[in-house]
Amino acid sequence: MTRPLIQISGLEKSFTSNEGWLGQWRFHQGKLTRQKDSVHALNGVNLTINQGETLCVVGETGCGKSTLARAIMGLTTPTAGEIHYLDQRIDQLNNRQRMFFRRRMQMVFQNPYASLNPRMTVYQTLSEPISFHNPQLSRAQVDEQIDELLESVGISASSSDRYPHEFSGGQRQRISLARALSVEPDFIVADEPLSALDVSVQAQVLNLMMDKQEERNLSYLFITHDLAVVEHFATRVAVMYLGRICELAPTNTLFNSPKHPYTQALLSAIPRLDSNTAQPIRLIGEVPTPTEKPIGCVFQARCPYANQRCYDVSPEMTLQSDGSSVACHAIEEGRL
Amino acid sequence: MKYPKKDLIHPISGSRWNHIWSGFVGDKLAMLALIIFIFYVLVALLAPLVAPFDIADPAFMDLMNAEIAPSWISGDSQFLLGTDAQGRDLLSVILYGTRLSLTIGICAVLIQATLGICIGLVAGYLGGRIDNFLMRCADIQLSFSNMMVAIVFLAIFQSLFGVARYQQLAMVILILVIGLTEWPLFARTIRASVLAEKQKEYVDAARVMGISSKRIMFRHILPNTLSPILVIFTVQIANAIVAEAALSFLGLGMPATEPSLGSLISAGFAYMFAGSWWICVIPSVTLIILILAMNLLGDWLRDHLNPRAYKD
Repeated sequence: MTRPLIQISGLEKSFTSNEGWLGQWRFHQGKLTRQKDSVHALNGVNLTINQGETLCVVGETGCGKSTLARAIMGLTTPTAGEIHYLDQRIDQLNNRQRMFFRRRMQMVFQNPYASLNPRMTVYQTLSEPISFHNPQLSRAQVDEQIDELLESVGISASSSDRYPHEFSGGQRQRISLARALSVEPDFIVADEPLSALDVSVQAQVLNLMMDKQEERNLSYLFITHDLAVVEHFATRVAVMYLGRICELAPTNTLFNSPKHPYTQALLSAIPRLDSNTAQPIRLIGEVPTPTEKPIGCVFQARCPYANQRCYDVSPEMTLQSDGSSVACHAIEEGRL
Repeated sequence: MKYPKKDLIHPISGSRWNHIWSGFVGDKLAMLALIIFIFYVLVALLAPLVAPFDIADPAFMDLMNAEIAPSWISGDSQFLLGTDAQGRDLLSVILYGTRLSLTIGICAVLIQATLGICIGLVAGYLGGRIDNFLMRCADIQLSFSNMMVAIVFLAIFQSLFGVARYQQLAMVILILVIGLTEWPLFARTIRASVLAEKQKEYVDAARVMGISSKRIMFRHILPNTLSPILVIFTVQIANAIVAEAALSFLGLGMPATEPSLGSLISAGFAYMFAGSWWICVIPSVTLIILILAMNLLGDWLRDHLNPRAYKD
């Protein structure tokens, strides 16, 4: 039975783009007013991640995927909304209170060339979290754990005194994974961990992640651009657009019958070898800038099925008969 | 917190020093500057052994020997570089003076660096209001000329506590004044590097691990910003020595009984046109060569550690 591990409700995050205090003052109709310009990265995200599943988040650049990941990990504080781990609220904890959850939740980063400290050996990189979170361990025990960990991600333990620049991209990403696993978490956020690797190495890392999931009953929140990876790896898929989830469905359902017009367009853009008949759906218009808080459906400006209701009211996620949830007025009304 | 011993290997022991050393070997000018600097440091350290006279000896100052020209002019082989107006052997005084100047220079820069690194790290890493406040402090500090601050401070100290007291503490006070006035240079450079490093994912990874800000600043970010520190460190030692010499020349530095290179030059200046040019010129040349070597080293390091130069 699946149990929700992470629950996110109504998560919003906006960044102030004119941070200087002086820059916020404006002359407007003869009055001096203070005004903050903000970029709305997340506009009310509701999401549940179940234990032992892989939830993939897909969407185009700038739609808030990474912000979502960082908000879950506590790297940025959300403007509004709640994040729960099992039944504890974790979004407003200070560093000390969060310490317990640091061990439970870890993160793997996008760029393997920047995510390891260039001036620390692999040994130092791994021993720091282990001895930090397990102060009772002796040095020999820490050494043993590090050797085990390195072997388990396919790096020979004898190379633990090397610096990151002596490893290839794939090896570094596996060391990153080892670092995340070093505190024995049960939830890992992976922010595009494969995008900086070439295809053959991607497969290695992906298989390693799947092995680890089986071994330790991990849950993943996996952020990616690559729909082929999603099809191969995900249990469920969430499609994001402009800071909102527009469709959430089990992988097979999503790939077989995409419902939201944006998902349809996204999937039709995958180049297929077996058929060249299907023309990709061409979306017209630009992605709106996220500086204005959207009114109505976020996809309204590019949606071929938009009507007046889409411009006025934001659609809610509604559960469909085949287990997927879609936020679209057109589907709700049966127009699509 | 316990930390395994193996971890204490200095993180920069690897590539950076090798990189610097391999550059030295190929560059004659840099090698020359390094050799001169090492020579000065050795001479300064070994001054009591190398100097022909013991300056603590009461017989050292003998007015009968005053203003003897260097041995190649006077033919007097007892005093290689001649004697000053008090009859002290110029070579011995210069050796001890170099020792004092270098000590003051290095200690003052250590204070600058400690302050500047801490302030720069905090400002860059924490950001926001703290950053604004600290950087405005740095701006204010920079808007006062260092010389002016030093002169005002030293003059006030002398008039408050008397010249005798000042002469006892002269070295410590000089180190403090020069050390405390030039921290913004370090702070700004460190802050700029920290702002660049902070964006990198390894800092996020450390934060996700729950590692404290202090530890992230000093163990993760600082080792990655050491290259510019090294450059400023070298150039600043030269600047501190010059500042000390200038203050001494103005009569606000080391007393004549315990002369640094600056106060030697200052004392000798009075005899310049009385024919005893060597009392002023020889310490000046010593100082100029030291400063030149330090600046050459600093310049060379700056060129060599420039990341764009790596690619060539």
